[in-house]
Amino acid sequence: MAERTATVASAHGLHARPASLFVQAVTASGLQVTLTKGEKSVNAASILGVISLGINQGDEITLAAEGEGAETTLDSLVEIITTDQDA
Amino acid sequence: MSSSTLSGVGIGRGIAIGSILRMPEPLPEPSDAASSSTPDAEKVRAVASLAATAADIRLRGERAGGAAKDVLEAQAFMAEDPTLRDDVNARIDGGKTAERAVFEAFAAFRDLLVSMGGYMGERATDLNDVSQRVVAHLSGVAAPGVPTPDHPFILVARDLAPADTALLDLEKVQALITTDGGPTSHTAILAREKSIVAIVGVAGALDLADGDTVIVDAVGGLVTVAPSDEERSAAEATRADRAAAQDVPVGPGHLADGTAIPLLANLGSVDKLDEAIEKGAEGVGLFRTEFLFLDSDKAPTVAEQQEKYSALFEAFPGKKVVVRALDAGADKPLSFLNDAPEENPALGLRGLRALRQSEPILRDQLTAIASAAAIHQADVWVMAPMVSTVEETRYFTRLARELGVKTPGVMVEVPAAALLADRILADTDFASIGTNDLTQYTLAADRLLGSVASFQDPWHPAVLKLVGEVGKAGAALGKPVGICGEAAADPLLAVVLVGLGATSLSMSPAALGDVRAELARFTLEEARRFAELALSANSAVEARVAVLDAASPSNNTPRESE
Repeated sequence: MAERTATVASAHGLHARPASLFVQAVTASGLQVTLTKGEKSVNAASILGVISLGINQGDEITLAAEGEGAETTLDSLVEIITTDQDA
Repeated sequence: MSSSTLSGVGIGRGIAIGSILRMPEPLPEPSDAASSSTPDAEKVRAVASLAATAADIRLRGERAGGAAKDVLEAQAFMAEDPTLRDDVNARIDGGKTAERAVFEAFAAFRDLLVSMGGYMGERATDLNDVSQRVVAHLSGVAAPGVPTPDHPFILVARDLAPADTALLDLEKVQALITTDGGPTSHTAILAREKSIVAIVGVAGALDLADGDTVIVDAVGGLVTVAPSDEERSAAEATRADRAAAQDVPVGPGHLADGTAIPLLANLGSVDKLDEAIEKGAEGVGLFRTEFLFLDSDKAPTVAEQQEKYSALFEAFPGKKVVVRALDAGADKPLSFLNDAPEENPALGLRGLRALRQSEPILRDQLTAIASAAAIHQADVWVMAPMVSTVEETRYFTRLARELGVKTPGVMVEVPAAALLADRILADTDFASIGTNDLTQYTLAADRLLGSVASFQDPWHPAVLKLVGEVGKAGAALGKPVGICGEAAADPLLAVVLVGLGATSLSMSPAALGDVRAELARFTLEEARRFAELALSANSAVEARVAVLDAASPSNNTPRESE
């Protein structure tokens, strides 16, 4: 099980365009990725799940995945999250 | 075949002939009857429609491009959402039809987002839209939302939401007709900005059917249904005449007797500078500064602001540029200014009231404007938003002068300020009337609330009377009185406002040509006579009709046959 913790950089948090880019990357990986903020975890390929976590700029989130390519997939997802996509 | 007419409030001076396309009605809620098919068959239908809808939304996004593409891409992911699909399947297993299961699954997510409030709550509209599209696909009916045919059309709708107008193909839309909404509704503002022929508040327009031929004439606010050949050719001739009249050479605004009425542009950023200059704006009558502050959780620094103001001032050497200090409040919240929830944001801590509570922000802004003004040739004026009292006027004027602003003034949007305009103008350099808010406060009708939109009409004699008070005070004291609301963009109303004492008019750049042409048709004496007519009317509709009648025959206005 690979895991990463990251701090969200986008000014609007993980909503709208940043959320789309993130979900797109998760879907493209074909892996089952779990996104956790605080006590709540959701399927990271679900844009409604991601939006419903209400993730704002500066929030700390955790990503977890299993299977082949999990490490590199998580690295690229962390990059999306730690880049300010609204800039 | 005989024609009939419908009437409403016309926006601008355009005329269009074309065929109707109606905005599809929202779908009824799918019935909760048990499915007569097997769960597996229902699931296949649901999955197919979710996928088809996602593909359709994505295609529309590709065509729309820009900001709309991002919004639609997110909507496509909503239709493909794996968690949502699991929920749909579970509901189908419980005996629901695919339509009902989709409807309920989206509704559950929507309620969750609404309960989170704020930005999440706004996404609920996106979810509703996707839900409706999937259910429409399942039921084999037209998808709701703006139609996207490949031929020109005249759109009939109740009212258009911002999300609809973002997707409107401006190449194809010849005119807009709405049943709801007044002259400051979102549809009207869009129409004015993009120069689309529009008539809003047309009762009975929903009886028009797809394919009906109509003439839409914004000047009289008339929709002629099934026009005769004569009416069609008269309309064509009118269109040509007006196009010729529009060819009034770009230049300073003036009345027929030569009285100069400077025509200025309303700008919300420096993006539309080029358009404003090209349309002959003689300066900027309202430069909104909110864009510098939105999307940020702290105010920009003096240096950051100074750079933006410089870009604006540089474009208007020797011309007037009126900058409005930050106008925020609970309706346009900025966390660092006022994020306390209010029951009545329009009556709350907004405009100058909010700035005064955070005086360092106001000081920084005035300092940045004054320093940018010092290094450029533009004639920079600065005004405070939402001023209600003489005391507030004195406060702002003193502070602005102290920080180096040469010409401070106030916006008159509150009836109290209009009624005491003689005292307010005695203490500051100029007044600019914000007719949108002045109308909202005079008629006590929330301008964002559709159910009271019919009250939001700046032609109302009560509003005009207040404008007249400010005009009189300005004339007595020799102080300029500008207009910077949507009212100035209505060509005939612009003439009335001048008759009431307005000395300059500021509007969206797209409206400059029409207003310039209309002003040139009348003398100051005529404008004053129109103002008297409007003031003595009992309602906004009566005022408009009275002035329209007075303005038409005696001046040989090109008119369609009746």
